[in-house]
Amino acid sequence: MRFSTEQKDSYTEVSGTGRLNMVAAPKLREVVGEVVSAGNKRIVLNMLATDFIDSSGLGALIGCLKMARQAGGDLRIACVQPQVKMVLELTSMNRVLTPHATAEGAFSND
Amino acid sequence: MRIFPTRLLVVLTLLLGINYLAWRWLESLNWDAWWIAVPLVAAETYSLIDVGLFGLTVWKKKERTAPPAPADATVDVFITTYNEPPEMVLETALAAKTIRHPHSTWILDDGGREEVRELARQHGLGYLTRGPDWADRPRHAKAGNLNNALMETQGEFLLILDADQIPDPAILEKTLGYFNNRRVALVQTPQYFANVPDDDPLGSQAPLFYGPIQQGKDGWNAAFFCGSNAVLRREALMQLGLAGYVKEIEQGVTRALKASRTALRRARRSPEAADPLVAGLLDDVESATERARAELRAGVSLSEVTYRVRRTVDGAVQSLVGADFLSLEADLADIAALEQGTEPALPSGGELDGAIERMSHRDLSPLAALASVQAVLDALSIERSAEAQPIMPMATISVTEDMATSMGMHAMGWQSVYHHEILATGLAPEDLSTMLTQRLRWAQGTIQVLLRENPLVRRGLGLAQRLMYFATMWSYLSGFAAVVYFAAPVIYLTLGVLPVTGISSEFFLRFVPFMVVNQLLFAVTGRGIPTWRGQQYSLALFPTWIRACTTAARNVWFGRPLGFAVTPKTRQESGPRWDLIRPQLIVMALLAAALMVGVVRLAAGLNEPIGTLVNVAWVAFDLLVLSVLIKAVKYKGFTPEKRSVDAVQH
Repeated sequence: MRFSTEQKDSYTEVSGTGRLNMVAAPKLREVVGEVVSAGNKRIVLNMLATDFIDSSGLGALIGCLKMARQAGGDLRIACVQPQVKMVLELTSMNRVLTPHATAEGAFSND
Repeated sequence: MRIFPTRLLVVLTLLLGINYLAWRWLESLNWDAWWIAVPLVAAETYSLIDVGLFGLTVWKKKERTAPPAPADATVDVFITTYNEPPEMVLETALAAKTIRHPHSTWILDDGGREEVRELARQHGLGYLTRGPDWADRPRHAKAGNLNNALMETQGEFLLILDADQIPDPAILEKTLGYFNNRRVALVQTPQYFANVPDDDPLGSQAPLFYGPIQQGKDGWNAAFFCGSNAVLRREALMQLGLAGYVKEIEQGVTRALKASRTALRRARRSPEAADPLVAGLLDDVESATERARAELRAGVSLSEVTYRVRRTVDGAVQSLVGADFLSLEADLADIAALEQGTEPALPSGGELDGAIERMSHRDLSPLAALASVQAVLDALSIERSAEAQPIMPMATISVTEDMATSMGMHAMGWQSVYHHEILATGLAPEDLSTMLTQRLRWAQGTIQVLLRENPLVRRGLGLAQRLMYFATMWSYLSGFAAVVYFAAPVIYLTLGVLPVTGISSEFFLRFVPFMVVNQLLFAVTGRGIPTWRGQQYSLALFPTWIRACTTAARNVWFGRPLGFAVTPKTRQESGPRWDLIRPQLIVMALLAAALMVGVVRLAAGLNEPIGTLVNVAWVAFDLLVLSVLIKAVKYKGFTPEKRSVDAVQH
């Protein structure tokens, strides 16, 4: 899985391309960890090109959310694909991380 | 195909059963003796429902042949142990090592024994035990042991074996193929015991359950997990764990918001709150927590709700500090006393619960109150620190984690398989005391699941799945019916009180055909299977079943302990324990006495001949049922014969 980071006006966007599984999960933690230690607290994970997620991937999302929250910020997810949406709903993880339609809109009400 | 005769018998049994029972309720109830008439007809209704559920189960009996196993599937074999002898654990682990499909073998030693660790090292076996995270937290017995191991390993599939279950080298080849279907989460195989003589005095083998019943449940996609000799898909377990985590977090946040409001109201009574700025800030934060509670109810995501409250609180804290209105030093001391509340090192374990508790009971200054709200909300929105690990895939709501776990997986839409072939051979209890402990534990666990997560109303399960889980739970209520079945003939023979209005030809016409087809149904579905032991024990162990129901109910409703014990796998030494079956001995004595009194009353013309005949036959049946216990008490353990030795050693 490949990740890229882009600094936006009011948040930092992290995009992941590929499958967020056991192999990719530690990489995501690492990328988000770097973003947080660089002082960026508001993070949006753009999942437009993430076509698969499993429980390890969900575990990594929780870990990343934790890092952002401990730094006083927050992590949001956006543009989820059907398989990702299904797994989020199946595990009720959408109660913790609500998918936003667009990355720009993820922090719009805060 | 044998399914047609079975289905025909199911339909006939139910029709004749309803025909009999409708007459019992509507026309034959002896209301003058309602105190025995009503319990009896209720017990009979219980039994008819039991038979109906059994009929539904075997209706879809499914026989499967395993598809070929995928060569690249990665597997961890878990051997769970708590206090079994190290030699026994090692024997099982070494047998597990010889399983042909590539895998890693792990001993999950919940006893944390150095000796076992050393044996594992010598033989190149994996060894796992609980880490420091579990100290002072709920251990959840076997479920906790497995959950701990799940976090330490990576295999796609897990084979779970009790310490005494020696696996066949082919066990994975024969079961992994089912997982080619991406929705299959569980493959259960039978539990079979090598140290049991042919007449099975303790009723250890469960041939009807690990046969027609599980095959029938399988037909309805409801074959369930029985704790050992099963392969599970890790992904399904992890998803189940995540769903449980979200549920816990949601409850935690709801609780924390409520406690925050209390803390803020108390803070408002402090002298500093007289200042309009301070009062205004407290108002803001309180209304933010109120809004958050409303949003949560409306389904807004937990992290965003807590984030918004957190930001409001942060703003308020900054204003307070910035305005320098308050004696900061006192506040800082207050905050320090609240553990390291606002630091990234969040309160952990029971500390967090304690923090919430204290927060709502202490009079805090406004700043300290806000800081504690900050800390608790923050921690709860992402942590689940009352538990050793946030994700608990194996269910922890019951002492029989297996059934609850598979019910959770079924409710999430996963499928299960029952593979009817003995692929592991274990050791059954060899004395009555151990056997009774084990049965009590199973029954308690099952009733706990019924009371905590009633399958009949469980979201996500199909109707047939609900009924399949319920059927097993229903069968554990048999103790209450048994008492009535023992009491009714005693009451007639000794007092002449009949629960029916009269034993007429109509009784025989309605009852006998029902009984005959019912027995035929058992004979056909249990073809070649010894089912009589099971029937005897379902009535004869009535004190155990009743105790299981009452203790489980007290546990679930009033939080009382179950008096839980791990089943010892080795024989407990002592002489015959007649004291263990005292209630049953009393019942046997009453039944025998009733026979004599009945004969005297018949001779004296006080009782009817037909009524006496029916009740004497009934008493004879009851005594036959209970007689198994005499055998069980006297049983001195298993003496291996040649055949069985081979079976043990493979």
